[in-house]
Amino acid sequence: MWRIRAIPEVCIGCGLCRVWCKVEHSDSKNIHKAFKPNAPETISCVELEESGCESFAMQCRQCDEPLCAYGCITGAMTKDPDTGLVTVDKKKCVGCWTCILMCPNGVIKRDERNGRSAIKCDLCKDRGFPSCVEHCPNDALVIEESPMNPLAAHSAPLSGSSRGDENILFSEEVDDDE
Amino acid sequence: MKIEEHQNNNPSKPAQRKASDFKIRSNRLSEFAVQRDYDRCIKCEVCIKQCSFDVHYRDEEDDLIKHRPENCVGCHRCAVMCPTAAISITPNPAQYRAHGSWSGEHVKDINRQAETGGVVLTGSGNDKAAPVYWDRMLINASQVTNPSIDPLREPMELRTYIGAKPASVKVKDGKLASEMPPQIKIQMPILFSAISYGAISYNVQKAIAEAAEELGTLYNTGEGGLHPDFYKYKDNTIVQVASGRFGVHPDYLNAARMVEIKIGQGAKPGIGGHLAGEKVSESVSITRMIPMGTDAISPAPQHDIYSIEDLRMLIFALKEATNYRVPVSVKIAAVHNAAAIASGIVRAGADVVAIDGFRGGTGAAPKAIRDNVGLPIEFALAAVDQRLRDEGIRNQVTLISGGGIRCAADIVKAIALGADAVYIGTAALIAVGCTLCQKCYSGKCNWGIATQNPYLAKRVNSEIAKNRLVNLVQGWSHEIKEMLGGMGINSIESLKGSRSQLRGVGLTSEELDILGIRPAGM
Repeated sequence: MWRIRAIPEVCIGCGLCRVWCKVEHSDSKNIHKAFKPNAPETISCVELEESGCESFAMQCRQCDEPLCAYGCITGAMTKDPDTGLVTVDKKKCVGCWTCILMCPNGVIKRDERNGRSAIKCDLCKDRGFPSCVEHCPNDALVIEESPMNPLAAHSAPLSGSSRGDENILFSEEVDDDE
Repeated sequence: MKIEEHQNNNPSKPAQRKASDFKIRSNRLSEFAVQRDYDRCIKCEVCIKQCSFDVHYRDEEDDLIKHRPENCVGCHRCAVMCPTAAISITPNPAQYRAHGSWSGEHVKDINRQAETGGVVLTGSGNDKAAPVYWDRMLINASQVTNPSIDPLREPMELRTYIGAKPASVKVKDGKLASEMPPQIKIQMPILFSAISYGAISYNVQKAIAEAAEELGTLYNTGEGGLHPDFYKYKDNTIVQVASGRFGVHPDYLNAARMVEIKIGQGAKPGIGGHLAGEKVSESVSITRMIPMGTDAISPAPQHDIYSIEDLRMLIFALKEATNYRVPVSVKIAAVHNAAAIASGIVRAGADVVAIDGFRGGTGAAPKAIRDNVGLPIEFALAAVDQRLRDEGIRNQVTLISGGGIRCAADIVKAIALGADAVYIGTAALIAVGCTLCQKCYSGKCNWGIATQNPYLAKRVNSEIAKNRLVNLVQGWSHEIKEMLGGMGINSIESLKGSRSQLRGVGLTSEELDILGIRPAGM
C-alpha cells in the first residue's frame, strides 16, 4: 500500500503542499481559477503543523487500523483491501462527523459545500501522483510503499525519485463517485 | 563595524525596533523594486514565510499581500517559490541622477556610512565589471593534421595527483623504486574550496562533503574546524589551519588527506576574518572550540609567521604532526608579488600552493577591500607558474587556482595556463541555490546557505544539494573531456601548462606577455 510520509527535518514550512492540494481538489484544477475571489470554496486535505522552527505537512496516513472507517455509521468510509487507500463515499456519507472524532491525526475535514460529507486525502487518485508530494520544494514529503502491517509502517522508502512522474500509483482510471 | 542594513520597518513588530531605527533617517533609495501581479497573486503567503528580510506582509484591512521594497536584498527566493510566478524583483526604476563619476552605488554607500559611521560590509565575490580574462582567451582544436578524440568512444583521463613530484624517479623491475612524497589521487581536477562551517550551514557543508566523497575529490573545511559528524568523510577532507587556529587539534589534523595553511583569501587579501557572534551557535562553538555567541575573529596575519623561514617552521610542524603522511598546502591571495611569494612557499617545503584570485567569494568582507584589492587569478596563475618553471621548482609543487572559476572552459584555460587543479566555491554554492545577493554576512540567507538560523538552514536538503553538486561537477567533467578531445589530447596531464593551446583576443601585448600566450590569429 502507498502512504505519504512527512520528513520534519527538511520541511521548510512554505505551505505549498496546502496550495497545491486545494488546486487538485478544486473544480477547475487550475491554480489561478481555484483561488479567484469568487471561485467556489476549495478545501485542502493537508495542513501544515508548525511550532517554532519545526514543521511538517499532515495529511491522511492511510492507517492500517482505520479508526475512521471503524467508526463510520453508514459504511461510507472504507479502506480498500487491495490498495490500502481509505476513501469516503460521498453518496453514503451523512455528515455525522464520527470519523473526525475517531481520527487520531485530525486530518478529516467537513465538506459542507454541497450537502454534508467528510473529505480527506485521497492520494490524488484522479491525478495519478499526490500533488503535495510532487510540489514539495525540499522533498519533505515522500510517498512510499509499505506492507499493511503496523510494525513495518515506516519501512524502506520508495526507490528512486519520489517526485518523478514515473511513479504513477493509480495507472487505471478510477471511476469518480460524483 | 557592522552596518545594520535592513531597518525593521514592520509596524506589526514594534517590539523589535530600536530607538536608533526611529532616529536615523535614511536618504537611500531602495535598491530593488518588488512587482506583484495582483491578477496572479493567490494570497497563499508563501512569499511572506520565505522572506527573512520582512519584505512581504498581509494587509488585513485591504485583504492583500503587500511589500516593503526597501527591505529587499534581491535574492529572488520569493519569486522562485511563488506558485503562480506573480512576483518579479527588478532593479528599482527610481535611480539616483545619472552621473559619469558618482554612480548610484557610490551615493548609496556614502549615505550608508554617513548614517552609521561604519565599514560597508558585503559578502560573496567582487561584482565589479573589471575584465574577466578567461573570456579573452580562446581554446584551440584539432583539424585535419592531428585528429580530435571522441571522449564517448575512447578513454579520456581526468585523474589528477595532488602533491609534490620528485625531480626524478627510479624504476626497478617495472616498479617505482624511489620513495614518493605523499600524493592524493582525485578523479577530476576540481576541488571544493574552503568554506567554513559557521559561514555556511551544517547541511551545506554536509552536502559538499558527501559530493566530494561521491565524486572522488576533496572538499575543504575552511578555518571553522571539523564538525564531529564530518570525520567520516576524512578521506575527502582538506583541513585548514588559519590565523585564528579555530578547531585545530591533533585529531583534526590527522583526520585529513591534506592540511592547508591559509595565509590569505582572494576576496579580502591582507585582512582577517570575522564571524559574527550571532552565527556562533552551540554546534559552531564546539567545532571552533570557542565560547557560544562570541565573535570568531581571525587576525589579519598568522602571528607566528612573519617570514618564509617562519612559514617553513609551521609547514614542518604540521608535517611532523601528521607524520609526513599528507601534503601540506599554503593558500595565498593573488597579490602583486604572488610569483615571488609562491617561490618562497615552495622553498619553504609546501607540497601545494593554492592561489585565490580577487573574484573569490567570502562570507563577509569590507566592500572596499573586496572590490579593490588583489589580482585577477589569470595573471597571478600565469606569473606564478612561469616563475616556478624559470626557477626549476615547478615540479616540487601542485598549483591549485581558485577565485572566479565559473564554468568548464575556465578550468580548461586555468590548466592550460599552468594550474594542476582548481578550487570551486561560489559555483558550488550557486548549485545549492545561492543567487549572489551578497548578504552572507547578515546571517539571514533566505536560501539556507550562509546562515545558522535553524528555520532558514532547513531550506537546504543536503540530499538534494549533494545531487546537484555531483551533477554540476560531472557535467563540467564531461565538458572538459569534450574540449580535451577537441584538442586531440586524451589526458588532463598533457594539457597542464600547455599555453600554446590558448590564444588571446582584445589583449594588450603586455597582457599577452604576462599570460604567456599569443594573440588570436598567430
